[in-house]
Amino acid sequence: MLKTRVMPTLLFKDLGLVKGVRFDSWRPVGSVMQSVKVYNMREVDELVFLDITATLEGREPDFELVDDIADECFMPLTVGGGIRSLEDVRRLLAVGADKIALNTSAVRPPDLVEQTAATFGAQCVVASIDATRRDAGTYEVLVASGTERTGLDPVEHAIDLEARGAGEILITSVDRDGTMEGYDLDLIGAVAAGVNVPVIASGGAGTYEHMAEAISAGAAAVAAASIFHFTEQTPLEAKRYLRERGVPVRI
Amino acid sequence: MCPTTLRPSRRVPLSKPLAEPVTRVAIVDYGMGNLDSVARATEECGGSPVVTASEKEIARAPAVILPGVGAFAKGMERIRERDLDEILDTQVRRRGVPLLGLCLGMHLLATRGDEGGETSGLGWIEGEVRRLPSEDGLRVPHVGWNEVHHQRASPLLAGAESGRDFYFVHSYHLVCAEPTHVVATTPYGTSFTSIVQAENVYGVQFHPEKSQRAGFQLLRNFLAIAGRASA
Repeated sequence: MLKTRVMPTLLFKDLGLVKGVRFDSWRPVGSVMQSVKVYNMREVDELVFLDITATLEGREPDFELVDDIADECFMPLTVGGGIRSLEDVRRLLAVGADKIALNTSAVRPPDLVEQTAATFGAQCVVASIDATRRDAGTYEVLVASGTERTGLDPVEHAIDLEARGAGEILITSVDRDGTMEGYDLDLIGAVAAGVNVPVIASGGAGTYEHMAEAISAGAAAVAAASIFHFTEQTPLEAKRYLRERGVPVRI
Repeated sequence: MCPTTLRPSRRVPLSKPLAEPVTRVAIVDYGMGNLDSVARATEECGGSPVVTASEKEIARAPAVILPGVGAFAKGMERIRERDLDEILDTQVRRRGVPLLGLCLGMHLLATRGDEGGETSGLGWIEGEVRRLPSEDGLRVPHVGWNEVHHQRASPLLAGAESGRDFYFVHSYHLVCAEPTHVVATTPYGTSFTSIVQAENVYGVQFHPEKSQRAGFQLLRNFLAIAGRASA
């Protein structure tokens, strides 16, 4: 049976790992290489590494850093942040990224989702959607690390991304990010119901129970950062908890 | 063209004494894949990887890995563009060199595939590559860790326990025409073939280079097969 994945997310800014609240108030949480080595030793299911300031600063991805990470990482590695051309994608894959997360460049031209899927296959395209709740109970997609509005509805955007070739959708609630108050289950449920590709829930995990809720809402995988950085909770314990709740996991 | 330069590893000191001869492995670079990951894992398993598109290098290597991510038609097109089909066929069929196909590399071993238009493959494993059925609420691509259940003995599985989890990420699967080529299967909806073998040709649907301990054991087994074949 296919296992539900628990994926630590590493957010990179300037020279180190950070974690914030609602895409703001970033706190340093240590060195990238150290974290990668620990997660590799613990045999986590998959790692997500996002350079959250590359797009804002107009920087290209740090290919050397990704190369170093991939050298220590014998598990699937998704890399995002600052990817603006098919050449960036090719270089990231060549240095060891397995999947490419496209967020801003899945909205703004050039359409890297379609190009990447056509060239390297849908399986390496993770379309990343950051969404925020509006007063009327609707949601809106944000890009550029949550700094720019798009007017797009996340469910319609997800359906469109799937049609353009995305192999997975990473849906992050900007409102819940770093709060550890639980995933936005309405958002995750709506996106998971709208597409046929696997959906990774992100933003808000504070307890293992939150992860179980996101999985019940339709997520094929749960991503989390704060819970692993700021508490004693670990991906392995999360999976033990989920297994007791009847969720298939890899222990 | 998509040349990949592999940075020299900083992890294996040149002066390190070698307990046993290191198996050279040609990792075929046809511009479709996570070559560095495959090379790193091969190295970690005690092999000596050479990422290459050179006929000479491939002809010299006692083992070949055909990696790959992407679509079948594009993969075959790039192999033919680089004239690699002939040398691979010579090595595999005439010289009996062990070859391991990973993911798309496994698909390309088949007679034909319909991903990106009906295309003939390398033709060493009789069968077709088809899209995974997405009925019964199954999400496609099939992404994540799933079990590999052994169906028959193979040196690739030496010392391995049936039912272990490996990492998969794919939308297509190989449907073997010859049931004895099916070494292992994986449940997803019904089940699909996750390991094939026809004599010296091996293929796995998952990514051993990303499957941590379980994957490394399989790669070590492949290196051992190659070591025995060239001894």
